[in-house]
Amino acid sequence: MTAMPKWADAVLVPLISLLIAFVISGLVILAIGEDPIAAMKLMITGALGSTYGWGYTLYYSTNFIFTGLAVSVAFQAGLFNIGSEGQASLGGLGVALACLFVPWPHWSLALIGAATMAALFGAAWAAIPAYLQAKRGSHVVITTIMFNYIAAALMIYVLVTLLRPTGSMDTASARFDPALKLPRLGDILGLVGIPFNNRNPANISLLIALASCVGVWLLMGRTRLGYQLRAFGKSEKASVYAGINPVRITMYAMLISGGLSGMMAINTVMGEANRLLLNSVEGAGFIGIAVALMGRSHPVGVLLAAILFGFLYQGGAELALWTTIPRELIIVIQALVILFTGAMDNMVRKPVESLFLLLRKGKA
Amino acid sequence: MQTSGRQATAAPTAAPLAIELRGISKAFGPVQANKDISIEVAKGSIHGIIGENGAGKSTLMSILYGFYKADAGEIYISGNLTPIPDSQSAIRAGIGMVFQHFKLVQNFTVLENVILGAEGGAMLRGAMAKARETLTNLAREYELDIDPDAVVEDLSVGHQQRLEILKALYRQADILILDEPTGVLTPAEADQLFRILNGLKDQGKTVILITHKLREIMEITDTVSVMRRGQMTATIKTADTSPEELAELMVGRKVLLSVDKRPATPGDMVLEVENLRVRDEAGVERLKGVSLTIRAGEILGIAGVAGNGQSELLEVLGGIARGTGTVRLNGQEIALTAAADGQTRRARGIAHVPEDRQHLGLIMDFTAWENVAFGYHHAPEYQKSALFMDNDAIRADAASKMERYDVRPPIPTLAAKNFSGGNQQKIVVAREMDRNPNLLLVGQPTRGVDIGAIEFIHKQIIALRDAGKAVLLVSVELDEIMSLSDRIAVMFDGEIMGERDPATTDERELGLLMAGVVK
Repeated sequence: MTAMPKWADAVLVPLISLLIAFVISGLVILAIGEDPIAAMKLMITGALGSTYGWGYTLYYSTNFIFTGLAVSVAFQAGLFNIGSEGQASLGGLGVALACLFVPWPHWSLALIGAATMAALFGAAWAAIPAYLQAKRGSHVVITTIMFNYIAAALMIYVLVTLLRPTGSMDTASARFDPALKLPRLGDILGLVGIPFNNRNPANISLLIALASCVGVWLLMGRTRLGYQLRAFGKSEKASVYAGINPVRITMYAMLISGGLSGMMAINTVMGEANRLLLNSVEGAGFIGIAVALMGRSHPVGVLLAAILFGFLYQGGAELALWTTIPRELIIVIQALVILFTGAMDNMVRKPVESLFLLLRKGKA
Repeated sequence: MQTSGRQATAAPTAAPLAIELRGISKAFGPVQANKDISIEVAKGSIHGIIGENGAGKSTLMSILYGFYKADAGEIYISGNLTPIPDSQSAIRAGIGMVFQHFKLVQNFTVLENVILGAEGGAMLRGAMAKARETLTNLAREYELDIDPDAVVEDLSVGHQQRLEILKALYRQADILILDEPTGVLTPAEADQLFRILNGLKDQGKTVILITHKLREIMEITDTVSVMRRGQMTATIKTADTSPEELAELMVGRKVLLSVDKRPATPGDMVLEVENLRVRDEAGVERLKGVSLTIRAGEILGIAGVAGNGQSELLEVLGGIARGTGTVRLNGQEIALTAAADGQTRRARGIAHVPEDRQHLGLIMDFTAWENVAFGYHHAPEYQKSALFMDNDAIRADAASKMERYDVRPPIPTLAAKNFSGGNQQKIVVAREMDRNPNLLLVGQPTRGVDIGAIEFIHKQIIALRDAGKAVLLVSVELDEIMSLSDRIAVMFDGEIMGERDPATTDERELGLLMAGVVK
């Protein structure tokens, strides 16, 4: 009964959507009197033309992989976790506490400790909305959104009154021990003989992100828990018939999701800033929703979508730097991509489906 | 083009035609739902359309009522070519439709429902007065008594259906289409409906009756058309045919209509239920102290009109809903306090083929093999380690079960939604019966299932009984209850009205119990 082959659904439809988004973006750039072709060239060379550009692109992508996976896992269980942003900032707090107050003998141990804390803090922040949903039926969309604001306020309080070094005017924690600095991607690739620029923030967290993709893929496809999560996401009624406990599954899904969101902080807080800054998440939690939508909640899709959005971020920054195209237009382009690949998916899907049907009829 | 049986035009009628369809075709994507269908319906007759689920009956009627546009073909009403692009045109052409699921506003009165969509102006007063008069006349003319000021939610199902018919007549329908009208009625209410339909026929109206019940076709129709796989395989005068012939035309092969079984040899007590009570979410008591017992090697059939507590009985025994009272399985008590306790039930050997396979029994987006593990995803043979499931083992098991239970196509990687209703049910049946449960709970085992699969599923249930297992069978199909059960309990309004021996009771007696008349 499926009208089109799997590859068309997974690859062709998003690509066409993306193309439309870019064409319309081009028209907008044209409308403000700039050359869209030149802008596109600038974005591509800026983001992908050098290993320096790639470094930044992959740094942003790392964030989006974590938040994208987080949203995907919850989404597969039928839960819309909009709270990635707040969970990631709490993850940042976990990382900061681990790095500031534990005398780690080596960065690798610190990374394990910080990642664990990040996941725990993120999960804990997701646990409250999860519990309210599971036990009280308070809709998780509303509560997770609200928890983003609470998280923001909490972080201000923590940074201003608790973590700010005395005398500092900056709403940030003290710097972490320089020995805890994570290896840059350039260092790691250098070990295997691949020359890669080292003056960019891409770091070992990318590998953890990639491992998380594999982990989520195994979890969803191979484990009993993943099976139950997916069943619950498809039909709560049927899951109850099968003896799957809705409360428990809601909690598990949100804890895993919150944990993944929190893990994002090892990239930004430990890998780049080396201290906890206010607003260290910078909207990556919300981009994660778009990434999960575009990636069809599949780890491979999430990975690809995260790289695309990393490219848009970095390419956009380059545009703002070198042209008179205002920074806001980058957000327009991102919004168009989200609109076409996520929200208006069916606009492209339906015609492509009919096309495949026509082709099939022609053959028959 | 005719695959078997008689020619579609085998019953030429001298009477003028109310409807004539010529060469109607309709495809949904790659599925050909209707293929070159031609049919003639004589004015003032009752014309039955029978066919298995998915044969294309509903599609054909939806085309006639303007819900779908045919890819090809023409519709003639009273001899005139009448295109029907939407349901408004269908109503203008004098076609009325009574759907299986009523389209009534529950908190409106009868009168308000009748004028809904035919108000005839911004102010209601005039329309209401006119409708009241028309309604009274119609009620007198067709013996369709109904209180115009009653609120719909207070009406019985039979009366709600009557209201649907009145709505159609109010819109001056000359041709009335009824889709599976008796599914929700007691036998007595069904008889009443048939009297009304006969009355309509006497007044010159044309009735098209869509059903899968052979008995109804034989009882009330003048002519019957049989559909199979999107094609019209025959149109016959009802007087010239038999249920056996119709069944064969529907399925395309000889079908055993009666169930072949030996007398039961009841053994030890398996299930004892005492004073079982269940409240729904709104706090309404749905089971009001039900007590029953089932022994090994015995099928207890629960008869009743849908919605009288049978679903709740299955759900509480299957661990889906909570309840109070005592339930003992093989002498050991089962806790009824925890919801979502299906795992404990399965561990105790209670298998459950739920009433609603699409929403309970299967995850439609899951593949067949994933569905074979559904509910048994903790089973040791499906695990690779503490964390990982053994997907290969499940796939292999699914392939074997699908082979043995004749699921077609036997492809474990196909999504459940891509199987026909009968084959979906066979997947559920295979999963639940193949583990040799002590007690099988089975609800509406053959609802929406084609005749061929019905035969197979019935055989499986009997085989399980003969293997010395206890079976609780819930069905709204009285024929099914009568032919499978060793004992019949009738439920009405959350209570067991009485127990009967299928050998000595009859449909009339059960029908009275189902209506709550005698106890």
